[in-house]
Formats: sequence, C-alpha cells, structure tokens
Amino acid sequence: MTVAKIHEKIIPKPSLRKKIEELSGQKISACFQCEKCTNGCPVTFAMDVVPHRLMRMLQLGLLDEALRSDTIWVCASCETCTTRCPNDIDIAHVMDTLRQLSQREGIKTAQKSAPIFHSAFLSSLRRHGRVHEPEMAVVYTLRSGGLNGLRKQAGTGIAMFRRGKIKLLPPRVSAGRQVKNIFKKVKK
Amino acid sequence: MEVSYYPGCTVESSAREYGESVAAVARILGIDLKELADWTCCGAASAHATDDMLALALPARNLETADKAGLDLVVPCAACYSRLKHADKALRSSEQIEGVGDEYKGDFSIKHLVDFIWEEVGEKAILEKVKKPLGGLKAVGYYGCLITRPPRITGARDPDNPESMDNILETLGAEVKNWSYKTDCCGAEHVLTMPEVAWKLIQKLFDMAEEAEADAIVVACPMCQSNLDTHQAEVSAQAGKRYNVPVFYFTELMGLAFGDPSVEKWLARHFVDPRPLLGEKGLL
Repeated sequence: MTVAKIHEKIIPKPSLRKKIEELSGQKISACFQCEKCTNGCPVTFAMDVVPHRLMRMLQLGLLDEALRSDTIWVCASCETCTTRCPNDIDIAHVMDTLRQLSQREGIKTAQKSAPIFHSAFLSSLRRHGRVHEPEMAVVYTLRSGGLNGLRKQAGTGIAMFRRGKIKLLPPRVSAGRQVKNIFKKVKK
Repeated sequence: MEVSYYPGCTVESSAREYGESVAAVARILGIDLKELADWTCCGAASAHATDDMLALALPARNLETADKAGLDLVVPCAACYSRLKHADKALRSSEQIEGVGDEYKGDFSIKHLVDFIWEEVGEKAILEKVKKPLGGLKAVGYYGCLITRPPRITGARDPDNPESMDNILETLGAEVKNWSYKTDCCGAEHVLTMPEVAWKLIQKLFDMAEEAEADAIVVACPMCQSNLDTHQAEVSAQAGKRYNVPVFYFTELMGLAFGDPSVEKWLARHFVDPRPLLGEKGLL
C-alpha cells in the first residue's frame, strides 16, 4: 500500500478545490469534518487516506495527492458515506470524479488493477452491447496478471463452466451500433 | 399483471439460476415479464468510474425503450437497478443525455424485483401459491448496497433496514433472523481487482450471519450471490476458519416453497451446495 504523502507545510490552492467542485457538482467546502463518512465506510482498513481526510485534502486543493491515493480505488461505491453525510455531499460521486480524472490524465497509481478492470469491462460492453463475462474476465486477468494470473484464475473459470455459468458465445444485440455511438460521442 | 423486465448481463451466464428461477416464479404468480426489446448493458460499476455522461447514456437508452412500452420496469440486479434509477432521475429533471431525445414521458416506475414482488404482488398472492412451507429454515435476508442506497435515488424509506425480502421469506414459512448487516457491502466490485479486501468483507457477513444463528444467507442480486457463494475457499484460507454457507436467491426459495420441479437444477449450480441443508430440514 502506498501512503499518500502530505507535506508538513501546506499552501492551500483554492483553484484546485473549485476545479473538483465543478467537475463533481458537489460542494466540498461544506464538509465540516464530522467523520460520519469514515465511520460508516466498510473499507477504511485498506485505505491510505480515510474519506473525511480526503475531503479535507480536496478543500485545501491537494488534488495531486488525492489522485495518487489508494483510497479512490479502494472505495467500493457502496454509497454509505453519501447516504449519511449531514451536509448532503455525494462523497461516492466525488470518488467517481477522482477516478475519472485519474484515468483521463493517466495518473500513475499504485492501484493498477481497477483501471485495467474498467477498461476490460467497457471494451467488452462496447464490442457486444452487453458484457460478455468470460471475455471480460480473461482480458482483465491477462492484462493485470499475465499468463501466471490466468493460470491462477483458471480453476474458478473451469468450475463455473462445469456449472453452466459460462456462455462461450458473445451476446448478439441489434442495438449494438447505438451503444458504439454512445461511446464515440462521449469520447469527444 | 404485465411489466417490462430488464434482466442484465449476468442473468444470462454467471447468474443463470437467478434468471431461470425468476422466470419460474413469475409464471406461477401470473406475472407477465416482458423482456425489454434489445436491451443493452447499464454500464454497471465501470461506466460511473470512467465518465459521468457514459454512466447516464448507457442505462438511458434502455429507459427510452421502457418509456415507449409504458409498463413498470422490474429489475432483478441491484447494480442495474441503481444505474437505471440514476438515469431516470436525470431524465426526469430534464438533463440532456447523449443519444436520448427529449420525448421522455417517464410514465412508469422502476422497481427492484424484491420490492416489486412484496409491494405489488403482495403477501396474499404469494401465500396462495405456497405448497411446501419452508418451516425450520433459519435465514437472514441480505440486500447489499444498491437496492436502498442512496435513498435520494432509490426512494427507500429506511436505507439501513429494508424489509421486503424478510417479509417474503416469512410468508414462505422460513424463520427469518434479525441482523444488522442487511445492507453492509460485500465488496463484489473488488473480487477481481482487490480480492483480499473482498474476502474480508465477505468474512464479516458470514460471521454475523452465524451469530444471528442463520443456516443460510438469502440475496436479491447476482453480484452479491456470486461474490458470497463462489469464493468461500479463498475466504476460509484468509480467515483461517472454514466457511460453508449456502447462499440462495430469494426466487429459488420461492420456487422451492411453490413446489417448482426445477429447484434442484438451480441449486446444483451453486458452489456451496445448499441441498444437504434442505435435506436435513426435510425440505428437499
């Protein structure tokens, strides 16, 4: 695990706070550090920066540090923080905004697997209109763990196949073109 | 009763027994599930982590089809349900979404299957079909994150304590145990990317179900089921304690109580075979 480094002397950068407030549509400055998000979060044990601290970092404009944290990828999108925030900040959505920025800007992060997963998932969805689970899983496993990774996952794959849980042929959807168009337009 | 139905990608493969048991239970209850013509993937967890517009446009194209059909839309997967509700909310507040025209009427509601069965089909209709009550089966209802959260999107009255599945199970005759983990996260999103994080969340749920004296966990989401059922060997190895917890879809137990002949075929696809438990209780 990497621990996001925060310098002892911090010079607040309000412009970066405003940037993330605009992108997420959330009023991050409304956070008064009550820690309800952190107390309800089920995955703080694996985070380098707990949620209320991440919010404080964003208030100070420490965007680079936030983008490099493990936290934005460890967040499981369970929406507990969003549900409980007394200031109506959609914290789970702020996490989304940070993940989007990180992927768009190609930030080098210690947590490499989540971005690889999202790209494997979306490329299968783009190709077929629906996700072809075995294709997505094989592409993800190869890209993240190579042949060794594939070997490790093979047991689960075979067990699923035996149980009739793997459909070898990809789904065929006639609205596939519409889905491809959505991807094309969104990319612009 | 006629409704639109959005199955979601998993119901065709990894969650086949869910799809099949949903179809069987609907047939018995006289619900006509009209599969949304040419439905496409909702984008699940990956679209919202990648692009806000993508996360709305992918589910929204399905909502356009549902809008034309004009029937209430029923969704068996918690993740699909959540994404469709987010897009519906945006369309209702006249947000512009890529690829969607401005003729959205929104003259229909979107319901998760478990809420639909309890709230729209109801206790009386379920009870009428029960042939073999599930007496002696001790279970906890596990709803996961997205059926109720965030309430701004789902409209859930009590996001920490949903009751529809508990009510259904009680109507079937099962002994439903109380526990505080109905909506705690199981970490399904991390199964492939950070498995050790997921195993820890799963272990917590197993321990708490055991403390509640439940023999089984009952779910209403293909992500939760596959996450809890498939990896018990890995969870056990990390925890240093052996787990062997049957994880049912609530529709499988409805099929069992209704006397549907396909039940064994569904259960045979589970990683932890629930049949010995049901045999012990004289239910199979």
